[in-house]
Amino acid sequence: MIFLDQIFVNSKKAILNLASAFLPTDAILIVSALISIGAIAAFGPFTMMYLTWFERKLVGRIQNRIGPNRVGIFGLLQPIADGIKMLTKEDIVPAGADKVVHFLAPVVVVIPALLVFSVVPFGRNMVAIDLNIGLLFFLAVSAMTTIAIFMGSWASRNKFSLLGGMRTVAQLVSYEVPMVLAAVPAILASGSLSTVDIVEAQGGWNGLKWFVFTPWGFVGFLMFYLCGVAECNRTPFDIPEAESEIVAGFHTEYSGMKFALWYMAEFMSVFTISALTATLYLGGYQGPWLPSWAWFMIKTYALVFVMMWFRGTLPRLRVDQMMGLAWKFLLPLTLINILVTGLWYFTSGLGLRLGLSIGILLVSSWVLVLFNRPYMPEKRVYEFAE
Amino acid sequence: MIDEPVLHDTDTLEVNLGPQHPSTHGVFRMNVKLEGETIVSLKPIMGYLHRNHEQIAENMSYLGSMPYTDRLDYFNSMSNNFGYALAVEKLANIEVPERAQYIRVIMAELTRLVNHVSVIGFLLNDLGAFFTPILYAFREREKILDIFEEIAGSRMMCNYLRFGGLKLDLPPSVLDRIKKIVQGFPKFLDEFEGLLTKNEILCMRCQNVGILPYDLAVSASITGPMARASGVNYDIRKIDGYSIYNRLKFRVPLGKVGDVYDRYMIRILEMRQSVWILEQVLKEIPEGPIINPKMAAFAKAPRNFKPPKGEAYGRVEAPKGELGFYLVSDGTPQPWRYHVRAPSFINLTVLEDLCIGHKVADAIIILGSIDIVLGEVDH
Repeated sequence: MIFLDQIFVNSKKAILNLASAFLPTDAILIVSALISIGAIAAFGPFTMMYLTWFERKLVGRIQNRIGPNRVGIFGLLQPIADGIKMLTKEDIVPAGADKVVHFLAPVVVVIPALLVFSVVPFGRNMVAIDLNIGLLFFLAVSAMTTIAIFMGSWASRNKFSLLGGMRTVAQLVSYEVPMVLAAVPAILASGSLSTVDIVEAQGGWNGLKWFVFTPWGFVGFLMFYLCGVAECNRTPFDIPEAESEIVAGFHTEYSGMKFALWYMAEFMSVFTISALTATLYLGGYQGPWLPSWAWFMIKTYALVFVMMWFRGTLPRLRVDQMMGLAWKFLLPLTLINILVTGLWYFTSGLGLRLGLSIGILLVSSWVLVLFNRPYMPEKRVYEFAE
Repeated sequence: MIDEPVLHDTDTLEVNLGPQHPSTHGVFRMNVKLEGETIVSLKPIMGYLHRNHEQIAENMSYLGSMPYTDRLDYFNSMSNNFGYALAVEKLANIEVPERAQYIRVIMAELTRLVNHVSVIGFLLNDLGAFFTPILYAFREREKILDIFEEIAGSRMMCNYLRFGGLKLDLPPSVLDRIKKIVQGFPKFLDEFEGLLTKNEILCMRCQNVGILPYDLAVSASITGPMARASGVNYDIRKIDGYSIYNRLKFRVPLGKVGDVYDRYMIRILEMRQSVWILEQVLKEIPEGPIINPKMAAFAKAPRNFKPPKGEAYGRVEAPKGELGFYLVSDGTPQPWRYHVRAPSFINLTVLEDLCIGHKVADAIIILGSIDIVLGEVDH
């Protein structure tokens, strides 16, 4: 069991032992870093490739069709075929576009998407670098995406791109706020910003003491996940690239490999956001029986699956409705959730804790729904004329 | 001099939505001025698909332009055929046998199902649902198009009706298949509605958006589901009772608000009424000839068909609204004047009134809910 659990860690140690035979000690550190970097740099794009395949297959199933099935069995080689197609495509830069920024933007957007992998705990002892401000690092670095997207949209010299860029800035900046606040309960409960410590704090009850099983954890999980979906520009918050409205939003003028880089960034952030949600509230790699990395992957891919499920079912929100959701509903509720978390740890007795926190959360969400009444759907009755 | 107030007006952004745009349903262009995301003015520009439909028809035999009517609203070729056949039959006083009347009504109502179901699918696409509703809609549409293919030889350009009757008879096997489709359709609608009607996002996006008031609907001569969503009780099937519609039982759903949601719901309810009509017609369909024997000869030699001097206006309740054909005959084999009252085109005239003050995203769904086909707009 322990062998399987630590298989990746031990193989890295074996390589380092082998290298230490004929390399000085300082060089070993560099080799160790390079192995971690190499693993992440390979894992990120590989995940992205197969997430595109997975999404096409899954949405195909949802839509009563087969999805890619021509290249390889079950279309498994489709991402490679796509990659070759993207690489051989003509790279078009619009006339009058800012060529340098137009080129830089897709490169800049991939960097934060890859950087955040470094603090994700993939399994027990399987984190590239255990920063003591890991969560803060994650949120700060992933916020950089906004700049890259706005660079791309501005440099494209296209009105649809510009509209998409404006929407992106509005959306990502607004959802950043409730997202950070939704992560606070997990920090409060574990007393640390380190992602590894947060996971370790959920280790009790045979690896099942996940924060999501508490009332504040459940609410925090939903809020964080919802904001995460908005942060990756996924349906129903995909308005920066709303196909039916502004053609393709910020990447309207991108083709070939640059377009592929935009997609790579989007799919990698889908993965990392799901991974972080799993880390914060679903206990990360904690769980009984299975190896820790298997638990982590199961939870992460379950969340990725739900995001794709959203894509296959839901229409898109409008700009103002989406902003309203962030500021009028998510923000107050996350603040109340922090209060509830505090009360949870300052009261004793399970009944009192449960009653108090569930009560406060229910009442406050009911009040918020009442405040948002004008935006709620109304019931209609239709008459028939003979 | 410095006292003058500084205006911090931001520039309006002028965007051309179309003619190449994923959601303008063809080569339609909207010249939109935006204040942020809000629309301050909208100018519809059409004519990219103009192809002299009326002039061509005036240089053709009467039957020669029957296939051309297919190309008007290429989703509903059967109802276009129906309207044109009614106009010519009125012009030349032609009787239509009973069985042909029934089959015409079957085809018209099947066409309505095809149209409404795909319009709702497209509307959801405009709303940003990633192709799921439209693919389910197209699954049902495909079954009906298979029927059209079997009886008329073509899935969309049917060219099935003839003056005084039909081109071919309906074999019993096809009739059974139609019965099966009609039986299965309410179940599909329930499923479809389960996904859509009460979806919060759909309600939020569609309710109270693009409201068409009753008075504007009447004065802009809006017809079809769009007018009925605004509460205008105007259904040509009830008013004219053409063909055998005066013998059939059905009800006309009416909306109250006249927004996008009402237009969506009216279409769903109309499909249920169409299913009801189809059930009645399929039960009562008689045996007999399918074309008036006098006209059967002209179907082979269309240049010999010379209606008497005069004029006629034939209209049907096409899925998109009142589809009318106005014909003036001077006794020659060609019509002297041929005019189409295209419902898509006339319904489109209120687009600007509906869109002003809404967001870009709303303009797209309002256009989607008007239900246009560019073949008909730019005839």
